Amino acid sequence: MISLSRGAVQQIASEGERAYPNECCGALLGKDDADTGRVASEIFPVHNAFGSEEQYHRFAISPEDCFFIERDAERRGLDVIGFYHSHPDHPAIPSEYDREHAMYWYSYVIVAIERGRAGGLTSWRLASDRSAFAQERVLQLDVR
Amino acid sequence: MTITIKIPTALRAFAEGQREIRAEGATVGEAIANFASLYPDIETHIYGEGGEPRSFINIFLGEVNVKNLNGLETTLADGSVITLVPAIAGGAPCR
Ligand SMILES: [Zn+2]
Repeated sequence: MISLSRGAVQQIASEGERAYPNECCGALLGKDDADTGRVASEIFPVHNAFGSEEQYHRFAISPEDCFFIERDAERRGLDVIGFYHSHPDHPAIPSEYDREHAMYWYSYVIVAIERGRAGGLTSWRLASDRSAFAQERVLQLDVR
Repeated sequence: MTITIKIPTALRAFAEGQREIRAEGATVGEAIANFASLYPDIETHIYGEGGEPRSFINIFLGEVNVKNLNGLETTLADGSVITLVPAIAGGAPCR
């Protein structure tokens, strides 16, 4: 399970709508400890580094952006607990390409954007043997 | 040379939960290899079949990707900081 703040959910939706018909992407920042479980309190939107002609169905975060995300999180006492991206005009279900490029442990949040409007939001974790994604429950926290 | 290696969240579980560790090495490659030898579980996550770092891990020395320096041969100074950074990509199915 992953808990997302209301602010994070709203921002992922609006980032996805703004990027439409292309994909948006960014990181989920928060904490994952025994007391609170996995909580994403905020997001870190970044530029989609994939070639512009492929951005309608692909995203990439540049190594430099990943470095700055890690450093920013550390400075603020947060951890990178996952990443999000949008699926323009496609359900919020990971693609084979998503699975091939995913890393174990992280939460992968996907928001479906249907004709420019945000739809379903889901979260997934890769099995340790990389064979498949398992969907995890998303709890929306009533805090900004 | 004693240096620091910062570990991304996804790999901390394989390094006893540590955020960063001290390692020894004259080059980036040596320091990473020494780190990996301490935590065998992490080895398969850092190195691919040919012994080269996997494509989904990027290595930064200070603020610079070592690909833009001398790669694994880049020399270290005492107190250097290496950050291991995941490579993140994905997308919707082809249409
Ligand atoms: Zn996707």
